[in-house]
Amino acid sequence: MDFLGKFPAMSRGELRDFKKGIDSSFSEFTSEHGEAIESFFDPLLHFLVWFEKLLLATPWPLILLIIGVFSWLGSRSVKIVIGAVLAFVAIGYFGMWKDTMSTLAIVSVATLICISIGIPIGILMARSKYAQAFFTPLLDVMQTIPAFVYLIPVVMLLGIGKVPGLIAVCIYALPPIVRLTNLGIRLVSKEALEAADAFGTNYRQRLFGVQIPLALPNIFAGINQTIMMALSMVVIASMIGVAGLGVPVLRSISNQYLALGLLNGLAIVALAIIFDRVTQQYGKRLQKHRHGDLHE
Amino acid sequence: MSKNEIAISIKGLYKVFGNRSKKMVTHLKNGVSKADLLDKYHHVVGLKDINIDIPAHQISVIMGLSGSGKSTLIRHINRLIEPTAGSIDIYGENVLSMSKGTLREFRRHKVAMVFQKFGLHVHKTVAENVAYGLVIQGMSLKKAKQKSSKWLIRVGLEGFENHYPSQLSGGMQQRVGLARALATDADILLMDEAFSALDPLIRTDMQDILLNLQQELHKTIVFITHDLDEALRIGDSIAILRDGEIIQQGSPQDIILKPDDEYIVDFIQDVNRGRVIQIKSVMDKGVSIEGPNFHQNMVLEDILPEIVKSTQQMVNVTNDQNQVIGSVDLKTVASAIAKPVIQSNNNANYTQSSSTELT
Repeated sequence: MDFLGKFPAMSRGELRDFKKGIDSSFSEFTSEHGEAIESFFDPLLHFLVWFEKLLLATPWPLILLIIGVFSWLGSRSVKIVIGAVLAFVAIGYFGMWKDTMSTLAIVSVATLICISIGIPIGILMARSKYAQAFFTPLLDVMQTIPAFVYLIPVVMLLGIGKVPGLIAVCIYALPPIVRLTNLGIRLVSKEALEAADAFGTNYRQRLFGVQIPLALPNIFAGINQTIMMALSMVVIASMIGVAGLGVPVLRSISNQYLALGLLNGLAIVALAIIFDRVTQQYGKRLQKHRHGDLHE
Repeated sequence: MSKNEIAISIKGLYKVFGNRSKKMVTHLKNGVSKADLLDKYHHVVGLKDINIDIPAHQISVIMGLSGSGKSTLIRHINRLIEPTAGSIDIYGENVLSMSKGTLREFRRHKVAMVFQKFGLHVHKTVAENVAYGLVIQGMSLKKAKQKSSKWLIRVGLEGFENHYPSQLSGGMQQRVGLARALATDADILLMDEAFSALDPLIRTDMQDILLNLQQELHKTIVFITHDLDEALRIGDSIAILRDGEIIQQGSPQDIILKPDDEYIVDFIQDVNRGRVIQIKSVMDKGVSIEGPNFHQNMVLEDILPEIVKSTQQMVNVTNDQNQVIGSVDLKTVASAIAKPVIQSNNNANYTQSSSTELT
């Protein structure tokens, strides 16, 4: 009866030793390799800092202009351009310009990293079922594990700062681009691929001439999702020393500043909506040939 | 361009689907039936002991209903599907021993393919699609477009260069497919139910385009279809495939007049015989009369009114050199037009042999 009532667990001492073992071996690893790993990420840090400084040093009218031009290039919609510029005017007017630029910097850099790592992994997964079997559970873990859990080893390894923040953002934001690249390539019609094969296409011609172009709408949906997830990590990243809109949000949580929290929160929302609309419109335009209404 | 040159020679070709397919071929060769192979060994037979010589510069039709293995067979010719056993030689070159690189070059220059569902690249314009084969050969897109534009014009797509496939009707999309295949200048053209997805009228149109092109180009065309009328219309020779086996090969006239098997009799039931059978196939050789002369390729339907008009109800048949080689009378024509059941009585042993084979 006693056996059934209480789960046969490890004894408390054993468990403590077990955990201690993991902790101590990881801190050993940290003290041995921490510096090397840190210096490995140095170029990334420099780039991030440089980009943030660049955004902050650029005169605000120029930034507004760039925002407008980018929105236009992506969406070809006057409404979205006006909305984007107005949102940034409001952000500046309410004194959140500097934090917004920092957030913009980290989200842009994180997105670039995710794209440059994620798309090749997605291609690899589409090509080999072994790669798919390896990466799928990894992506599941990355998407579901609470962010705070992987913050612990990252901070132990790299300390507090921009780079661990960036890594945390990337861990969270990487899965969608990988998954959707894989999916997009796997969804390319068999007929199109068979035709390519029948004409003697080699792997490179097949990948870049047929698979990626046809998967582009899905890949773009992945990029869109990656940006959204990167933005949603801004607050958590600010806990480990990343500057930006997350910092005031965090401050207002601990001090119960309703207005401050709301304003900065809404600024994040505004950024998210702008990025989302612009990339979605761009993705839609990539698919126009499917509906047969493109005359250029 | 000798008439008897063999372009593609397929010998003892087997395709079995499953993990132990090689072993299954041995079973098949030892006389295990396809049904047993499925029941006992869980392997599906796609093709069984295919032997066929496809002549150069002609249209060879492979016909069969769905599931007969015809699409599988045509994909063996350019090795989109690997056979389980057998050999495929194209102009004496063994396709199966080619390395990956050689096979790619072979596909780029020697065989082109047209697909039932077109297989166009929807993200490319019509001109880019037509130029595709040349780009894959290594040409720049600009030059490939230039060089392939004559084919685009030839199939009647002038003015649609910058359209996307989705903006075109099915018939026009298949013209793109045809132009793309022609642009590579490959001698062998594989057409996998190329016109089956099209409306009957458009299909006839496309057949005309193909026949027209063929008069000029003399390509070696392997044409897959499930449509007997289409086979009879365009085929210089026809092979009939059933459950992965070829059950008859011959000219369209042979198939109609001397069906080997009850299955084929069923198949040709609904054919308009008057429109297919040529007088050379039914004439009395060497017999001639005083009367009008007609060319040997004339079909029964067209000769009938002429015979009725003629005084002796009989006309002479001439060859290409305008020499009289025989004659036909009303009775011959009438009995040839009648249903194949009557024809089959002339061929007493086929009903017997086929009834044992049909299970």
